[in-house]
Amino acid sequence: MALKVLVGCKRVIDYAVKIRVRPDKLGVVTDGVKHSMNPFDEIAVEEAVRMKEKKIAKEVVVVSCGPAQSQETIRTALAMGADRGVHIEIPADQMTVLQPIHVSKILAKLAEKEAADVVMLGKLAIDDDSNQTAQMTASLLDWPQGVFASKVEQKDSGLEVVREVDGGLETIKINLPAVLSADLRLNEPRYATLPNIMKAKKKKIEKIKPEDLGVDVAPRIEVVSVEDPPVREAGQSVGDVDELLGKLKDKGFSS
Amino acid sequence: MNKIISIDADAGTAVCQAGVILESLDTEVGKHGLMVPLDLGAKGSCHIGGNVSTNAGGLRLLRYGSLHGSVLGVEAVLASGQVIDCLSSLKKDNTGFDLKQLFIGSEGTLGFVTKVAVACPTRPKSINLALLAVPSFEAVLGVFKEAKIHLGEILSSCEFMDRGSMECVTGNLKLSNPLSDSDFYMLLETSGSNLNHDEEKLNFFLELMMNKGMVGDGTVATVPSKQREVWQLRERIAESLLVDGYCYKYDISLPLSVFYQAVLDMRERLGDRVTRCVGYGHIGDGNLHLNVTTPQYSQEVMGLIEPFLYEWTGNYRGSISAEHGLGFKKRNYIGFSKSPAAVHLMKNIKQVFDPQGIMNPYKVLPDEPAAV
Repeated sequence: MALKVLVGCKRVIDYAVKIRVRPDKLGVVTDGVKHSMNPFDEIAVEEAVRMKEKKIAKEVVVVSCGPAQSQETIRTALAMGADRGVHIEIPADQMTVLQPIHVSKILAKLAEKEAADVVMLGKLAIDDDSNQTAQMTASLLDWPQGVFASKVEQKDSGLEVVREVDGGLETIKINLPAVLSADLRLNEPRYATLPNIMKAKKKKIEKIKPEDLGVDVAPRIEVVSVEDPPVREAGQSVGDVDELLGKLKDKGFSS
Repeated sequence: MNKIISIDADAGTAVCQAGVILESLDTEVGKHGLMVPLDLGAKGSCHIGGNVSTNAGGLRLLRYGSLHGSVLGVEAVLASGQVIDCLSSLKKDNTGFDLKQLFIGSEGTLGFVTKVAVACPTRPKSINLALLAVPSFEAVLGVFKEAKIHLGEILSSCEFMDRGSMECVTGNLKLSNPLSDSDFYMLLETSGSNLNHDEEKLNFFLELMMNKGMVGDGTVATVPSKQREVWQLRERIAESLLVDGYCYKYDISLPLSVFYQAVLDMRERLGDRVTRCVGYGHIGDGNLHLNVTTPQYSQEVMGLIEPFLYEWTGNYRGSISAEHGLGFKKRNYIGFSKSPAAVHLMKNIKQVFDPQGIMNPYKVLPDEPAAV
């Protein structure tokens, strides 16, 4: 088989950091805040690296769209075992209006340019929870998709993918080339270890602008406001079931 | 009694009531760019008043010192009901005897701490955590020494754990060891004001350690989520030991030259009567947590551990209780670490503060004259 795998990874605010809304209410505070690779993208990178170790894949190329700091995210992926990186340069202030539609166009063009056999993404990013990019990319490329993957295996000349769906697990067989998105239980990502962290410093990261791929990333949305969710109100204690039923009736939940 | 009374961001001090939870205090001073000078596994539930009364140590004593240095003032209530106000927030005040030092670490036997003024260091902008697999205890000491040289002022924590501890925390709590099997592991944390500066120092140090063969394998966590995962491997060892059944816990200070020998000698002495005999702890402070586990409590095993371990420690002029205090269980062993004359003087002081003996009775000081 020896597939070429293109893995997308996004730089997001680290999940252990408390999110604060900016005073101008147009976004969240990102200055000086710790960022890390989107956890689902880590799982995607891990899966691609394992495919290489199993000799199913021959090369793993990792791509990230963002400002200069996205290169740190790419370096982490390289330290996990990816071969080289592509950094799609997007200015920091455009990141709040960069949407899955833009990213999927970029990934589709890049997949063609790199002649990728598999595009591997995280199922969603923890900052916008969109869960759209993999599906849109597949559609733009007119490739089959195996999203919410919890298991990926070689099967004949294609892939067998077990997907996590509401009713349980669905197993599908898809042809290559294909787009996959990683769900939580696909694998447990490795920590980058010291020898690999050092090797990663020598791996190549290519810098490309969206225009070089012929993609227009002009904003299609405008952020009107960003607010904290309402503070959770205190609950009420009731003395007995009759009181509970009385209160439910008063509030119109029961007749 | 859980109010934060004031925070002075310029001076770097905070004053609060004794019932404030450590983590809450840290979050609040964090809004002013400060941090509390100590950190321990129980931060989500322990009270600052308790931390002060027990002179809690924790993971960052190496960098920020003990509470004897970072507590600036204390308000306490004596047995007579009199309120002693030593709550100044001054860094320097050499006027008379420093009474607050007596309340710090005396476990509530001299007075009840009601308010605390603590010096809060600037919160570091850049934190890195390295988990290292180290082939031998000799190498552990070597890595610590080299860390002090090459990481210097940015080193904020230096912890170690042995193979048994790692097996316990991963096996009993289903956590993952990111590194290959090793006899020892170390956690080195750096805290500084400049990310690039710190990373450069850390990378140089790690490359040096690998080239010298002192470190076999390792990983560096640069973001909070990964650091939290790695710290769990050290912070949850105590919890994981309880899964075995019964845990005999010991907390001793020893000279580094014989540090791990305590574990080896105890392991040999106990043989296969026990599930595990492990060592881990604040190697940077010379503080070993030696733990033994059995499925149920065994009088035989207890008899083999005590007083053997205390005698062993006393032989090397170590402390039979580095940070956990004496309380009720260890008070009669005070003689292994303090001279009879010192204990006698402590009893005199106790008489002055609490003549009726109502403050936390039967704790810290022995009833009989100290055993030698």
